[in-house]
Amino acid sequence: MNIPDGLFYTKDHEWIKIEDGLGTIGITDYAQDALGDITFVELPEIGTEIKQFETFASVESVKAVSDVYAPMSGKVIKINQKLSTSPELINKSPYEQGWLVVIEIYDESEREKLMRSKDYQKYLEGLE
Amino acid sequence: MSYIPHTPEELKQMLKVIGVSSVEELFKDIKPALRPKSFNLPEGKSEFEVKEYLQRLSQKNNPYFINFMGAGFYDHYIPAVVDALVSRSEFYTPYTPYQPECSQGILQAMYEYQTAICNLTEMDIANASLYDGGTALFEAVMMSLRITQRDKIIVDGGVNPIYQRMLLTHTANLPIKIVRLPPNIKRADREKIYYHLDKKTAAVVLQNPNFFGSIDDHSDIVEKAHQIETLVIENVYPISLGLLKTPGAMDVDIVTAEGQSLGIPLSFGGPYLGILACKKAFLRKMPGRIVGATVDKQGKKGFVLTLQTREQHIRGYKATSNICTNAALCALRAIIFLCALGKQGFVKLAHLNYHKTEFTKKLLKDIPGVEVVNSSTFNEFTVRLKKDATSVLKQLAEKGIIGGVPLNRFYKDMKNYLLIAVTERRKKAEILKFVEALKDAINL
Amino acid sequence: MQLIFEKSVKGRHGVKLPELDVPESEELPQAYRRTKAPLLPEVSELDVIRHFTRLSQLNYSIDTHFYPLGSCTMKYNPKFTEEIARIERFSNLHPLLPEELVQGALEVIYETERSLCEITGMDGFSLQPLAGAHGELTGLLLITAFHKHYGHQKKYVIVPDSSHGTNPASAGVCGYELMVIPTARDGCMDLKKYKEKLNPEVAAVMLTCPNTLGIFNPHIMEIADLAHQAGALLYYDGANLNAIMGKMRPGDVGFDVVHLNLHKTFATPHGGGGPGAGPIGVKKQLIKFLPIPRIIKKDGKFSLEYDKPHSIGSIAPFYGNFLVVLKAHAYILLLGKSGLISVSEKAVLNANYIRAFLKDYYDLPFDRVCMHECVFSAKRQAEKGIRALDIAKYLIDKGFHPPTIYFPPIVKEALMIEPTETESKETLDEFIEVMIEIAKLAEEHPDVLKNTPVTTPVKRLDEVKAARELKLRWMG
Repeated sequence: MNIPDGLFYTKDHEWIKIEDGLGTIGITDYAQDALGDITFVELPEIGTEIKQFETFASVESVKAVSDVYAPMSGKVIKINQKLSTSPELINKSPYEQGWLVVIEIYDESEREKLMRSKDYQKYLEGLE
Repeated sequence: MSYIPHTPEELKQMLKVIGVSSVEELFKDIKPALRPKSFNLPEGKSEFEVKEYLQRLSQKNNPYFINFMGAGFYDHYIPAVVDALVSRSEFYTPYTPYQPECSQGILQAMYEYQTAICNLTEMDIANASLYDGGTALFEAVMMSLRITQRDKIIVDGGVNPIYQRMLLTHTANLPIKIVRLPPNIKRADREKIYYHLDKKTAAVVLQNPNFFGSIDDHSDIVEKAHQIETLVIENVYPISLGLLKTPGAMDVDIVTAEGQSLGIPLSFGGPYLGILACKKAFLRKMPGRIVGATVDKQGKKGFVLTLQTREQHIRGYKATSNICTNAALCALRAIIFLCALGKQGFVKLAHLNYHKTEFTKKLLKDIPGVEVVNSSTFNEFTVRLKKDATSVLKQLAEKGIIGGVPLNRFYKDMKNYLLIAVTERRKKAEILKFVEALKDAINL
Repeated sequence: MQLIFEKSVKGRHGVKLPELDVPESEELPQAYRRTKAPLLPEVSELDVIRHFTRLSQLNYSIDTHFYPLGSCTMKYNPKFTEEIARIERFSNLHPLLPEELVQGALEVIYETERSLCEITGMDGFSLQPLAGAHGELTGLLLITAFHKHYGHQKKYVIVPDSSHGTNPASAGVCGYELMVIPTARDGCMDLKKYKEKLNPEVAAVMLTCPNTLGIFNPHIMEIADLAHQAGALLYYDGANLNAIMGKMRPGDVGFDVVHLNLHKTFATPHGGGGPGAGPIGVKKQLIKFLPIPRIIKKDGKFSLEYDKPHSIGSIAPFYGNFLVVLKAHAYILLLGKSGLISVSEKAVLNANYIRAFLKDYYDLPFDRVCMHECVFSAKRQAEKGIRALDIAKYLIDKGFHPPTIYFPPIVKEALMIEPTETESKETLDEFIEVMIEIAKLAEEHPDVLKNTPVTTPVKRLDEVKAARELKLRWMG
């Protein structure tokens, strides 16, 4: 399982990369593996406000659909348009090309509720 | 008669393997307090005895009158090929094709059905059927609420009252507002619709031909609705699509229909066929099974159920609907029917229906005391009689004719109105007999 | 195989229609007419027959293969009942015919309601719901009407985590929020957690018994009492009725509302996915809410009663799927009291026979006597890289329709096997033999199981491609 350093993780297998008040959000390698081949992604519109730990998107594979929960609160300023034609990018590159949205973070202190890579790794080990 | 093959010897062997001394031991978790208070059914009978009994019962039914009833369910001829093919047990004994490799037959037939429905209605996509036209209409309304995130529905006065009642029952616990326009025999009342049409309206529900038989072109209503992003749902009659302007051509968003007229017997209430079709953009909000084309590992073409993530067995609470079973065998009847008639036959069928009805209308118009209320119709129309329709029907019944559906069955104030349908099965002699009998009954 | 559209030849005609025997009238105004004829195939009758006959031969079906699809009760569909449904005096009745002309049909519905009451211990039935899931929705509508009538404020519906997907989906469509109770180690709904969650805002508790694991919950009366004390109604999902006919009646043990699946327990055909029928039964206090019209019998005559002020309305266009009901009625008459009891006994016997053999080869999440179906987990095999899916596909090559896989969701790599009572010991032995073979192959030669099926006309189909590149109709 790939768990890059420098990102923050949620119990529902989302990651967020925080840089200059902006957060790039996606789902982890564990999540894409569990879902299988992804066939469709439903993203919010630009301008949508999302709240920490509430659903803001969904990712579908042939046999399952998964809600995606916001790691932190903010306003959506960018969405990954490529996913509408190539949802498999999430499988191939969950942390880079498979990013879902970029948000303007409202409250940086919210990241204290998230896990760092080592904690997430421990968390995954506990799941199996 | 129980279709159970076990011999006493086999029973003994099986119990031994399981490690119990009797079958009853397998039910030991059902303690005495839980056992049935009674189970007083008669003992089973032989096929011969049950057949005799049921045949006697069937003799108490009489479908052999000359039938001019419609109201959404029509007496059309069903070609012999339909029953012959649908009686093949490889079609009627399997279940939903969850394992596509051993279900290509039903999957391909459903794909062909979906294609045919799209072509009839000129819509982008159709699903592989719902239970009936009324639940299809309900599902269409639910779709429109999901898509627009609004909470108001306008139902035109020409939409089948049977479906209106079903819609109210199904949506009783939802926080939505349904505006029902008063019954309207003629073309949809634009003024009334636009009065209620606003940005809270998710959809306007129309029907063409309407319940009373009137034909219309709803393109203008669709345009007006689209200006404020309200959807239009149109309930249609499949046979009429051999002749009439399609909902697709009117830019309608969601189409529903009752498919009984496509090779399904009148069946005294069911099973029927719910048809649902819509624009491409609404695909993911459409309930029910959908068959998609794909390839196998060797590149060979094949079919699978697709987009199952919308459905109950994966999505549970968030499912687009709670539907599990559909009406697959009825959809199969429909596609076989359409293929048996073919493009030319289907158009001719519509043609026959239309002209026989026009002929009947002309003759009835000449009877004083009988007023044909609609202008343009397909194969059904409404008359206003100078006396009570029920008493007229009684007279006709004595001559072996069911003259139509008395509208006071649905609308208390329409005692003198009669809904008459003339399909291709009504021969000229039957029509003339009907007209004569009606003339006599009116003057009695 | 080519699509029927691809076999179309311009100018070819099908069935012959009669000629117009009345003078033609004026055509409709252009504005009301379609511009082009609909694109339907132009094929001969023989083309139609060959095409669909060949298609039928591509299907596995009960009449050709053992079909242990768990939860669906794929028992033999008697040919006799098919014949009955083709009697014209039953099939050709317009639903709006005057009552005097359909007394036989009304009697069929009335008598079936009564039989189902006796079989389930309920006080009243409606045959309107058009499928099992539709019956569930109707049941929840009835329950809501009941609570509204008595001024109860209700928000939740409780279901076990093993429930069929239609249960929570129906609750959602009916405006309720869901509370899910986990399954305990004995395979039944966790009683402790159930007691914790139960509160005065719960409208209903939806259960099936035996549950989707094929396990009978011995605490059913306690669960019912607790629900009633909290002011909730108890709903029985009748999908698994095949296990308990004559052994238990849901109405006797505390269930207030019941739905049945005629296409499961009562042997009406599944039709490749439908049509079915999902009659709904209720206890006395809910009868007044049942859908209209009700069938009344007075002085030997049957009639339709619409004047029921407390009714929820109509859930079907008329009286339900009459021809399906007719088949079920015929089935009940054929089997009778002892026959139905024997059905449940042999259904449970057959499932336990399979369980007894296969438990040495497959994980049994709940190692206890099962009822009419048993749920295995292919966990052991998955460790060797063989998943439930692979097992299913290999079974197809061996001439069996696979059991249900990946349901219930609480069991990993679930294989839900429901043989039904109409299968012989020989058939079960054949199936068991192949399942044991599979378990051995998974250990020693797992690659034989991958990439199956190999004998079918199409091999494993690319479902991802189907979902990513949506092709839902033939475009020509």
